[in-house]
Amino acid sequence: MTEKKGMAINQKTAVILAVIVVIALVGAVWYFNRPVAGKTQLIVSTTTSFFETGFLSTLKKSFEAQYPQYNVSFISQGTGLALATAARGDADLVLVHAPSSEKMFLTNGTGVNRKIIAYNYFLLVGPASDPAGINGLSIVDALKKIVASGEAGTALWVSRGDKSGTNTKEIALFKLAGFDTTKLVAEKDPSGSPWYLSAGAGMTATLQLADQKSAYTLTDIASYINNQAKGNIHLVQYVGPGKDMLNVYSVIVINPSMKNYRGTFDAAMIFERYLVSTDGQNLFANFGVAGQTVFNPWIPLKTANTDTTTITWIQNYAYINGTECPTKYRVQADDLYK
Amino acid sequence: MSWQPIIDGLTQGVRLILTGDRVVMQIALRSLETAAAATGMAALIGMPIGVVIGLGSFRGRGFLKTLFSALVGVPTVTLGLFLYILFSRSGPLGYLQILYTVPGIAVGEAVLVTPLVISFVASAVEARDVGVRDLARTLGASEYESSLAILREAWSGVSLALVSSFNRAFAELGIAMMIGGNIEGLTRVLTSAIALQTAMGELGLAFALSFILLIVVISLNFLIAYLGRER
Repeated sequence: MTEKKGMAINQKTAVILAVIVVIALVGAVWYFNRPVAGKTQLIVSTTTSFFETGFLSTLKKSFEAQYPQYNVSFISQGTGLALATAARGDADLVLVHAPSSEKMFLTNGTGVNRKIIAYNYFLLVGPASDPAGINGLSIVDALKKIVASGEAGTALWVSRGDKSGTNTKEIALFKLAGFDTTKLVAEKDPSGSPWYLSAGAGMTATLQLADQKSAYTLTDIASYINNQAKGNIHLVQYVGPGKDMLNVYSVIVINPSMKNYRGTFDAAMIFERYLVSTDGQNLFANFGVAGQTVFNPWIPLKTANTDTTTITWIQNYAYINGTECPTKYRVQADDLYK
Repeated sequence: MSWQPIIDGLTQGVRLILTGDRVVMQIALRSLETAAAATGMAALIGMPIGVVIGLGSFRGRGFLKTLFSALVGVPTVTLGLFLYILFSRSGPLGYLQILYTVPGIAVGEAVLVTPLVISFVASAVEARDVGVRDLARTLGASEYESSLAILREAWSGVSLALVSSFNRAFAELGIAMMIGGNIEGLTRVLTSAIALQTAMGELGLAFALSFILLIVVISLNFLIAYLGRER
């Protein structure tokens, strides 16, 4: 009977599918239990530049080698989302680079024990043809010329547009030059199309967009060197290291008295103390992208106290009320601020 | 020059497969597991609902059918965002603690593909309905038995539902990113690894992983087609 024949095939297929499903379910449970077994899982929500340059893999390896009882998981997000994730109680620490947002994160009671860990500089990059003629100018003059050229239809600007640390810095720099980016994004050049393009993308994607469109953009030095070395982009650096271009990375631990706390304060503090230890700081110093140091450790700079110009820049830019972390936002960590 | 990343990707992909690169194998296995577990859960929930909608004659049946067809098109980021809020520690299902875990991804993908199973099964069963049920009834089958008979008769449609579900779960990115968090060695799957390599500017490796994903999907589908066709 034909129906019977049909049934035989079907049941066989059903059995095979069922076996696959069962194996998968068992496997999934196994996977779930395996890496966490006997280890405390630390969740670190982090800025994309640490992640995309591969620094976090180095950090994870050396931390876990020294503290095998912990398993560190990094979740790569822009600074804005990283702070939001932590505020929902879904992370133990944050690694971020936006001092103004960090201040709010402390004052609203979500974060404690902030420590500066590293610094580098943002770069203003653009096409080699330099349509806005900004070569050799300061950041303020360069941005003024880019806006004028953009409005005239001869230059383009690409913004991250994603509330990341780099985006926050970009908005601040435009403000310093006297512009409001929320107005720039609505402007049209004479041909009727926008010249200030809000990408809403990560740093690599934004650099690639700027490269394809022959546009100017603001980037962190690590992402720039990383992509330039790989031949993904051919943009030229116009404004480099200086007071206004500072980029400062901090670590903040989630306040243990916060609602929905994950309950891993001790582990989180061990991780923070590792980051500011000699070993941790050396990781930054020794990490190279295409042979260049891209994250300069902060503690050795401050301890040596020779480059007072840079120290003063960083203190003015990233300190909150004259300190890395005001006393009332410290929890069992006063020794970190001696 | 312009084809270089694709050529690099192909050679790198072949090399990764031939050398059985441990990390890549783990990631590929994790993708397989989440997609298979998701398909399994979706089948358990979706097939009965699909049969009821396909065979039933109740008010609102057409509405339900249309609703589930529409839900097939929900973007994975939207669903990922919704589930993130649910599974977050401060969310209503936070106590389950499945955010940033493999089971979390599997559950999310199951939610994603369940409407697909329901729609496909309902349509397949509907097309087979009239004759088979009447025949089964005249032969003295109960409602439950005749439903099973229809499900068997409609098997080609049902297996298409399951295969499509698996493919969609295997290839989706939004849920893997939002619920999994793309954590190295823990919740990284093929699609989120591809997204990361692209973000890192490692286009060759991103292509290599894409080829591996394609190879897995294509060979699996051929295998299932072959097994279904047999004898």
